[in-house]
Amino acid sequence: MIWTRRGGGYLALVAPLPIFLALAYGLPFLGVAGWSLTLPEPGLAQYARVFTDPIVQGVLVRTLRICAVVTIATTVAAYALAYVWVRGSPRQRTFVEFCILVPFWISTLTRAFGWLVLLYNRGLVNSWLQALGAIDAPLTMVRNEFGVIVGMTHFLIPFAVFPIASAMRHVDERVLLASRGMGASRLRTFWSVFLPMTMPGIFGAGLIVFVFSLGFFITPAILGGGRSVMAAEFVYVQLFQTANWGLAAAISVVLVAIVAVLVALLFRLTRVEKLVG
Amino acid sequence: MNVYRPGPAALVITTALMIFLLAPLIAIVPISLTPFEYLAMPRGELSLRHYRTLVEDPAWGASILLSLRVAVVSSIVATAFATAFGLGVWYLQPRFAGLLVGFVLLPMVVPPVVSAVTLYFLVTWISRIFEPFGYDTWIGVALCHVVMVTPFAVVIILVALSQVDRRMEMAARGLGASLWRTTVSVVLPNIRFGIASAAFLSFVLSWEEIAVTLFVTSVEAITLPRRVWMGLRDNVDPAVAAISVVLTVLTVAVILARMMARGAARGVREEATAEDAAPTGEVVPNVPLRRRLGLRGAWSRKETL
Repeated sequence: MIWTRRGGGYLALVAPLPIFLALAYGLPFLGVAGWSLTLPEPGLAQYARVFTDPIVQGVLVRTLRICAVVTIATTVAAYALAYVWVRGSPRQRTFVEFCILVPFWISTLTRAFGWLVLLYNRGLVNSWLQALGAIDAPLTMVRNEFGVIVGMTHFLIPFAVFPIASAMRHVDERVLLASRGMGASRLRTFWSVFLPMTMPGIFGAGLIVFVFSLGFFITPAILGGGRSVMAAEFVYVQLFQTANWGLAAAISVVLVAIVAVLVALLFRLTRVEKLVG
Repeated sequence: MNVYRPGPAALVITTALMIFLLAPLIAIVPISLTPFEYLAMPRGELSLRHYRTLVEDPAWGASILLSLRVAVVSSIVATAFATAFGLGVWYLQPRFAGLLVGFVLLPMVVPPVVSAVTLYFLVTWISRIFEPFGYDTWIGVALCHVVMVTPFAVVIILVALSQVDRRMEMAARGLGASLWRTTVSVVLPNIRFGIASAAFLSFVLSWEEIAVTLFVTSVEAITLPRRVWMGLRDNVDPAVAAISVVLTVLTVAVILARMMARGAARGVREEATAEDAAPTGEVVPNVPLRRRLGLRGAWSRKETL
């Protein structure tokens, strides 16, 4: 380097954002962590509650269960979509891309509302099923876990498609043709060649979806209707209705800890993916 | 390339999934035309009364204006922050760049509800010092949105910068241009599409932000998503369907326009795919974060426009 990279100019570029975030985000988070240790009285009582209180435990277990189901459903669906998006004809690709991008850019609220319209007791799905004579009484599909899972899966599919599609683009087509040429069936080629080669993308997408779904608030609140409360909605209730700030803060800290572990895992996986790719 | 096509089973499954993805967005259209005051399918006659509500009820208009103001301000501030930071990291390439970038991306990774509690703490604390900037004010909302959307803008700017040839900057500096001159005349013009994408994405994210907004507002600063939320939580107001349809139609129009513009340039795009897949420089440490947003795709799409 001929000139030195010193001087106020560079610092003036780099520094403002980290300083701003440290003040507007870092410090307040420490404040929240402080709440968890001091409200209503100093001590670890709130954390003890997080790990022993049956109500909190119920919420956490339900959250993890819903997130697990959503992660699996989303990853499988995203895999199929990504497959056609990457390997389809130009026309198929355009259609798939349109169907992924439109929901991606539309707000959470609109999408949750759309599912409410489809799934509530006098909603479209129930009316059609009744008109067809498939069911006598309307099925309860919202204000329960089913609605939450459908809505969250719908929300998260685009986020899972992108990493999987990226892994699929790295697969050399000649490998697939070689497999076919050596006599493997289409199914065998997919199962023994294509699927293993795209595994890193699947794990990456699964982790991203799981991390995202942990802190989900809007979709469960609308489609769960206050019945199947997940962690995020529980925090909201503790903060604004029960005014139990300490417990809300303690759950927040625990959520951050879980996500930190998962993100660390994601980073390790990324390195594996780079080696493979 | 791409002779290995998906079979019929894959196509059937994908078609079902595509219907799944679009169904809820289509379902709101008939509901928005209902003549009833509650959420019910129209029988026979259709009515535009709920669209009229959007225009005539000053509350909806006020919320739209508020959301526009918040989104424009947060988009400008977030893009400025992100561009300056991206440039700084790109010039300096500090040894701790990964750590620094990781830190500013935190609000994107931390669960939204935790960010919401954190920002609630922030605005209530500001309220105690200077109320007009604190809880339930439009500036407070904009401040929180800046925190939430800046990481996304940073990702786009860093991706854009990673495509710029460093030798151009060195040449400019070698020819005696100052840091300021190099930035304004050489580097910024090269990332102008990235900056535009960052501003656009920040605007959209702020415009539809709801999770954090719910925590930092109550009765004064009611943004459009917050008003929709209120319409959804109590008795479902069909006006929610009307505004949802309007926003969906706008979104679809923009996406179709972009896809068509890109279709015109598809030849170029196919050429670019190979280089698209190549690793994009050392500055951005976590590839999956931008992959998961499809940001690389979104950005290169812009570039071919």
